[in-house]
Amino acid sequence: MNLLHRLTDGVPSRALWSLGLFLAALLVAPAVLGKYGLSVLILILYFAYVGQAWNIMMGFAGQLSLGHALYAGLGGYIAAGLFFHYGIGPWLGLFAAVAAASAAGAVVGYLGFRFSLAGVYFALLTIAFSEFTRIAFDHWGWVGGSGGLFLKVDATTDWLNLRGGPVLFYYVILALAVGAFILCRLLLESRLGRYWLAIREDAEAAQAVGVPVLRCKMIAVVISAAMTALAGVWNAFYYNNLFPETAFAMGRSIEFTLAPIIGGLGTLFGPIVGAVVLTGLGEIFTDLSEFFHISGIKQIFYGLALLIIVMYRPAGVWPWLADKFGFGEKRQ
Amino acid sequence: MTSDFLLSLAQAITKGLLTGMVYGLMALGLSVIFGVMRVVNFAHGELMVVGMYLAWMGFEYLQVSPMLSLPLIAVLFFGAGYALQRAVISPFIGRPEHQQFLLLLAIAILLVNACLAIAGPDSRGVQMESQFDSYELGPLVFDAVRLHAALVAVAIAGLLWLFFTRTRIGKSIRAAADNHMGALVVGLDVKRLYAFTFGVGAACVGAAGALMITIIPVTPFLAAEYTLLAFVIVIVGGLGSMTGALLGGLLIGVSEAVAGLLLQPSLKSMVSFGILILVLLLRPQGLLGKNSQ
Repeated sequence: MNLLHRLTDGVPSRALWSLGLFLAALLVAPAVLGKYGLSVLILILYFAYVGQAWNIMMGFAGQLSLGHALYAGLGGYIAAGLFFHYGIGPWLGLFAAVAAASAAGAVVGYLGFRFSLAGVYFALLTIAFSEFTRIAFDHWGWVGGSGGLFLKVDATTDWLNLRGGPVLFYYVILALAVGAFILCRLLLESRLGRYWLAIREDAEAAQAVGVPVLRCKMIAVVISAAMTALAGVWNAFYYNNLFPETAFAMGRSIEFTLAPIIGGLGTLFGPIVGAVVLTGLGEIFTDLSEFFHISGIKQIFYGLALLIIVMYRPAGVWPWLADKFGFGEKRQ
Repeated sequence: MTSDFLLSLAQAITKGLLTGMVYGLMALGLSVIFGVMRVVNFAHGELMVVGMYLAWMGFEYLQVSPMLSLPLIAVLFFGAGYALQRAVISPFIGRPEHQQFLLLLAIAILLVNACLAIAGPDSRGVQMESQFDSYELGPLVFDAVRLHAALVAVAIAGLLWLFFTRTRIGKSIRAAADNHMGALVVGLDVKRLYAFTFGVGAACVGAAGALMITIIPVTPFLAAEYTLLAFVIVIVGGLGSMTGALLGGLLIGVSEAVAGLLLQPSLKSMVSFGILILVLLLRPQGLLGKNSQ
């Protein structure tokens, strides 16, 4: 009960009831929604989950990573490769996936933090490692090289091997998103979370008052990488194909950053709100662009929307919404 | 080590040096903007691609050689960069990096997809007669277009150097970069200087685009690659250092050409990223950068 107490401590009961209702709605959603609605909801939960993972690094600890595709790609490729070559199921494979991504995160993080790279410099280091890995995978036969790695599409539900239809994947990603939300809440309330915020605001001052800066940053990057690897595993088994060009693409890394930035960096609900806004806009623009028959028009709408949001709500949509509706979660 | 191999190596290095000068000019734009405003232009490669498309259009529809349309493109880019800074980017100066990143990302998405919408996804190149010309120096052969592009790039870099060291406005910009508060105190119109700087940076990359189209054809998908390439070059050379950007351009140009010769061509950017990682770890301020970030 101690854990539950820590989770709900200081949260107004109105907010708890709303959350409970929201979760209940998500649990019954597959029974109500059609195929299309479910696929959109799956996308939202996926981006909310990876957004949460990325937010730990940037929103909490203040380290800008633009190379998170590295962890998702490694995770996906390792789990899918083990399944493809040796028939090892993803529930076992994910341990290898998480281990590899955490190790990669630790290497990137250690090199960056050890040499006190910050801001853009650190971001470029993360991009460089991700791009480096992309090109290496392009030339690595075991994972199919640039031709890609394909899993056999199988519609019979098999929880043990994560094979089945959208409903299965929906509940898995829902569990991940809920788990990430709870984990982030616990982290933020912990001593470690306070240390992260101190580092984010002023790393030198934090160091001066005795915060173990390097260790805290390392923990942030490893947790974030491990969580992102799980998203990669889920993604690989959901889509059944992997290409280095997309798995490690900078575009993918950027996609991961959008939901938390648009939603509200450093907040618990930011990644969720951001994922709803961005996925919703994406779907609307897809429909809208059907009328035009101009290549790139969807992305033009999308770019305009991003531009408008960042110009008028630079701190994100959620802090503004929370203010309007009287939920007082501020950016910590 | 046959002499054949040595010759092709020397050939690759010259080719890399020439392309590297154009790379350097492109990166110079990024470096100038960052050095003065501390804003990282994540839309840099997109600007480059827009420049390439404009030069291609001039050639395709008006039969104007890219070398002739270059000054016009540079002026156009200066104006566009000036306006963009004034209207959109200015409030974001001094804001957290992730907000600047998102803003310029949005601009990048708009630019590259506008190119896609207008010119389509096919690769567009210019076919000039001079593309078959070459100069010979002993056993070495220089492509004429590459050599011309490199010479023009160096000339523009020289003009830029004159601008920053000899003109009043150039000196004011450097003053504002060195000491923002001090510049305000002595009464410089820093906002206008910033807009001017973004204009100059954009003009550099626009000119580089006009030169690049004579060397390789353009597709919208090149944009992200050029953004990354420009970053690699300025970090290797030293963010904010003009000579650093040129040196970085030469280094990356040569490393790409040599890697394309010794390894598979698809591995060439792996070498660039390898160099970037090494520089970031061993000398994060870049080869010619000043010590503090």
